[in-house]
Amino acid sequence: MTGCWTIAGITFREAARKKILWTALIAGLGFLALFGAALHFQIEDFRTHAIAPFIRYQILSAMLMVGLYVVDLLAVVMTILTSVDTISGEISSGTIHAIATKPIPRWQIFAGKWIGFAGMIGAFVLLTFGGTIAVAYGIAGVRPEHAIVGGVLVFLECLLTLAVTFLFGTWFSTLTSGVIVIGLCGIAFMGGWLEQMSGFTESARLVMVGVVTSLIMPSEAIWRRAAFEMQTPLAGSLPFSPFANVSIPSPTMIGYAGFYLVVALIIALSHFQIRDL
Amino acid sequence: MIQEAQFRWPIPWSNLEENVLESSQTLAIQTENLRKEYGSKVAVRNLSLSVPRGSIFGFLGPNGAGKSSSIKMLLGLITPTSGEALLLGKPAGDVQTRRKIGFLPEHFRFYDWLTPSELLRLHGRLCGMSAARLKERVPQMIELVGLAPHRDKRIHDFSKGMMQRIGLAQAIIHEPEIVFLDEPTSGLDPMGRRLVRDVIRAQRGRGATVFLNSHLLSEVEITCDNVAFLKDGEVVASKELRSIGEDEEVHVSARARKLSHEVIAGLRRWTTLATVEGEYLTLSARSSDVLPEVVRYLVASGADIYSFTPRKASLEDVFMSIMGEDRGL
Repeated sequence: MTGCWTIAGITFREAARKKILWTALIAGLGFLALFGAALHFQIEDFRTHAIAPFIRYQILSAMLMVGLYVVDLLAVVMTILTSVDTISGEISSGTIHAIATKPIPRWQIFAGKWIGFAGMIGAFVLLTFGGTIAVAYGIAGVRPEHAIVGGVLVFLECLLTLAVTFLFGTWFSTLTSGVIVIGLCGIAFMGGWLEQMSGFTESARLVMVGVVTSLIMPSEAIWRRAAFEMQTPLAGSLPFSPFANVSIPSPTMIGYAGFYLVVALIIALSHFQIRDL
Repeated sequence: MIQEAQFRWPIPWSNLEENVLESSQTLAIQTENLRKEYGSKVAVRNLSLSVPRGSIFGFLGPNGAGKSSSIKMLLGLITPTSGEALLLGKPAGDVQTRRKIGFLPEHFRFYDWLTPSELLRLHGRLCGMSAARLKERVPQMIELVGLAPHRDKRIHDFSKGMMQRIGLAQAIIHEPEIVFLDEPTSGLDPMGRRLVRDVIRAQRGRGATVFLNSHLLSEVEITCDNVAFLKDGEVVASKELRSIGEDEEVHVSARARKLSHEVIAGLRRWTTLATVEGEYLTLSARSSDVLPEVVRYLVASGADIYSFTPRKASLEDVFMSIMGEDRGL
């Protein structure tokens, strides 16, 4: 396993050096500043309006959920953009030739890259997700319910996206696999919101569309479960909220997402084992 | 000839194990009818090679002949469509055998934010070298390939030639038994080429086998022991470098006086061509064996000979005669 950890270490350093990561981190910091300012202004406004503290708390909690959703989107996009060329790009440039001819099995190269990116993405999620919660608590005194469960689910969503990116990266060029993964995430995003809207329109067909898209790509379903876990029951029941508990993905769907992740990794690894480099 | 006598295909099935065992002690690389197809395109048709241990083996061919695909099959980077390849007696691609293999790709690229030392330590670790061994070996390698003044630079500041040098260092840092070098002198200046030549010879000196793919025939000619010529995915000829030109016509440039038309006509017994322009005689003899007779004949005919210089066919001459016309690939 020495080879695997050596590859993981170099992949982590390679990923951590990518401009896209630092751009995403700067964007994250910019977002935190904006988010903090918005919370601050909202609290200032509360002083001029007679709003019950209970309602104030719900509004600030809703703002926190929006903030966490932005972090979730940023983490998923960053996962795709940083990892999309790690396999296909190294194959097309020939960088992989100097590694794959070393006395380490190919699965260790694959696993090392996976672990390196997972570590980097974990650090990114910790910083941005944790930062958002810290800013919200520091300025507005609000914090999510079950923050750790929510954070783990957001990380799971990133790992799922990473697995799918690796899967297509072992088959197609960087550009093609990037387009496919972003397309899949787009489908999941659309399906998730259609399912959410079904709560207002009471359309069983919209629910069906949402479930089918979640089966095709369950990333958005993981976020909606995370949103459910992080909101108070009352906030989740407010009909005007975009994160209202209208159609909550079940634990079975989260299990399916985990299964999807593992299968994607197994297919990707099997193909990487035998493909020409 | 490449030492075909040591190992002949096909091997009788009953003797296969014994022969493989025996040949693995004398041969570094053996392939039998190796073939690679990409869809309907055949990249390597029928590659059968025997490379003796401890030799420098030149793998020659025009662009598109299948050299890169052949090397990739030997290294386990691509899977053959059919056929077999053994490296050090083990199937090509065997993970444990790779510990004894070094490879410099044609266009060596790596994470360019590393320094040369970091790159070599990484490759050494992947080859299973201990930290203590790396501490000793990395500075030696940097010194060997002439990158000591650049040891603290990042690789993104390296020229193509410097990349080739560090690529060569990573290929030999673990003292492999077989070193594959794909166009190692590409992008190198004359000093760099000389360094590569010295490194290659040093590898042979310590008993390693060097498998060299190069378009620079002059380099191959002064470095290699054996060569194989690949055309359209097949080995069409293989030769020992010492024997190059022995079977070919010998061209002679001579300066002589008192050469009559009758004397020139008499040269036809040994030559395919004989022309005179003033004092300068040019002739092509069928073999170098006849040259003493030609000289004796000219002297006996009364010619005064001031110079007589035979020129053996170069590797390039042989290459051109084997490969035929340029197909613009």
